[in-house]
Amino acid sequence: MRSRLYPIFKYTVIALWACFVAGPFFWAMTTSFKNANAVQGGPTYVPWAQYEPTLTGWRNIFGGAGGVDVIDPFLNSAVVTIAASAISLALGSLAAYALSRYRFRLGFIKNSDIVFFFVSQRIMPPVVLVIPFFYLLQWGGLLDTIPGLVIVTVALLLPIAVWVMVDFFNGIPREIDEMAMLDGCPPFQTFVRAILPNSLPGLTVAAMFCAVFGWNDFFFAFRLTFTEVQTLPQAVVALNSSIPPWWTLSAAALFGVAPLILLALWVERLLSKGNLSGAVR
Amino acid sequence: MDGLRRHKSMFLLPGLLTLFLIIIFPLLFTIRVSFSGWNVSNPQMDFIGGANYTAMLHDSRFWASITRLILLAGGTVLIQYLIGFGVALLVWREVRGRRFWRVLFLVPMMTTPVVMAAIWQTIFHESLGPVNDLLGMLGLTRIPWLTESGPALVALMTVEVWQWTPFMFLLLLAGLLSLPKEPFMAAAIDGAGTWRTFWKVTFPLMAPVSVAAVVIRLIEASKLSDSVYVLTSGGPGSSTETPGYYLYIQGLRDQQTGYSGAMSLTYLVLMIVTLTVVAALLTRAFKLKGDS
Repeated sequence: MRSRLYPIFKYTVIALWACFVAGPFFWAMTTSFKNANAVQGGPTYVPWAQYEPTLTGWRNIFGGAGGVDVIDPFLNSAVVTIAASAISLALGSLAAYALSRYRFRLGFIKNSDIVFFFVSQRIMPPVVLVIPFFYLLQWGGLLDTIPGLVIVTVALLLPIAVWVMVDFFNGIPREIDEMAMLDGCPPFQTFVRAILPNSLPGLTVAAMFCAVFGWNDFFFAFRLTFTEVQTLPQAVVALNSSIPPWWTLSAAALFGVAPLILLALWVERLLSKGNLSGAVR
Repeated sequence: MDGLRRHKSMFLLPGLLTLFLIIIFPLLFTIRVSFSGWNVSNPQMDFIGGANYTAMLHDSRFWASITRLILLAGGTVLIQYLIGFGVALLVWREVRGRRFWRVLFLVPMMTTPVVMAAIWQTIFHESLGPVNDLLGMLGLTRIPWLTESGPALVALMTVEVWQWTPFMFLLLLAGLLSLPKEPFMAAAIDGAGTWRTFWKVTFPLMAPVSVAAVVIRLIEASKLSDSVYVLTSGGPGSSTETPGYYLYIQGLRDQQTGYSGAMSLTYLVLMIVTLTVVAALLTRAFKLKGDS
């Protein structure tokens, strides 16, 4: 039934899109092995054939002369991301479980309104929050510290955790709760013993989204931490000056996104196993 | 009932209060500061009535950035949806190297937008970047991508499409993978062709996921400012400025705290109203239940 041209069309489109998607990574990869001469000589792509590759860029990001150190920012980013994601997941799944199992009424406010309140915080542009956050953290002595950055990052991630987990808990049959309750489990233990072990797929999806959005946040770190705490996106953007050492910038960028590329492999596995469909609906 | 009530609250309140406390102070502060003349030379919370709001009404740069944002967000999200859906359909069923394509097509949404915007800036560089090199090879003229307003907007949209089409792709592919098989069998028995099957079966079944994906992307796109900062710094002139970036200029760089507070609130309210209306219209257009 299908035309014989269809496979050709299909693979052409896939290949074109793949080139567009992979292009920037390829460019960053090849640029990271150049030196000043190779960059200023105009765009080249193939090492050895078109330019002599050097390791200058990669040396620069690990504390080489005239470069930056990406290890400290990497660790800062990791600590902030893990702490903020863990807090958001803990608070978020507790709240999501309550919103999925119990009925709340406060005047005209119903469960769906509370869920909406959580999720709607994603609409808030960071630029609106950042000036008050600055004074708030200054007042608490938390400016330019990791705990300060973790607190504001939780505001970004908690809505995501609640949004993913409410849908997920709604998909877990209530019989599981009831069985545990009949065995005499108090509500909190029911949650920990009966519900959490069945929620691993949902928790991994929520954790994945939290990790990505936490790791990738730039604006809060940019305005609320300066010298003591620098995150990886900050360190990379600081290299993007008017006369950029492109080789160092490229090496730092690739270093900064490498953990996320590994995460993509894992997301694809979740997707193929069908674990994401619940979170999407 | 008292015990149950306490348990309910114990689950919900930690999260709810945390978020509420983190958000409420900034909101109250912004409302109050928007009625003050707080700026770099006069950093205090006085009261000047609605002067900031009157000034804002005549600030054409602000309104231009709002219009630009709506066009940019609407345009890029539409393109992201069309490409994301198309590519998801292509790798949905039998295709060679399926898992490789799927991983590759997911990668950009995982990578840090500002970091990739810095790379994109080198890609669009007028004399040293590969885009103009490619145009040259094809015998076309070089384009001053980041120094002329039209090309700069195209460059910004290209970066947004590159970064976020994978998000559409992820949600739509997950949606496609969870579709029931029966409607497709029925369509095959009826002898419906590929095209007809898509419009009569796939597209209607995908409507809820589609609306959710588009609305989520519009929400995220309404905050567009980081990649503008890195890619063009709003320029040339103010031709790629979004409200987020203009607020950064006014509130953080020039420290017009009071004035930027008034604009922040206006921007926030406008976005909430616009997004709510768009979400309601999309939901109604596809006759969905109001819960997605």
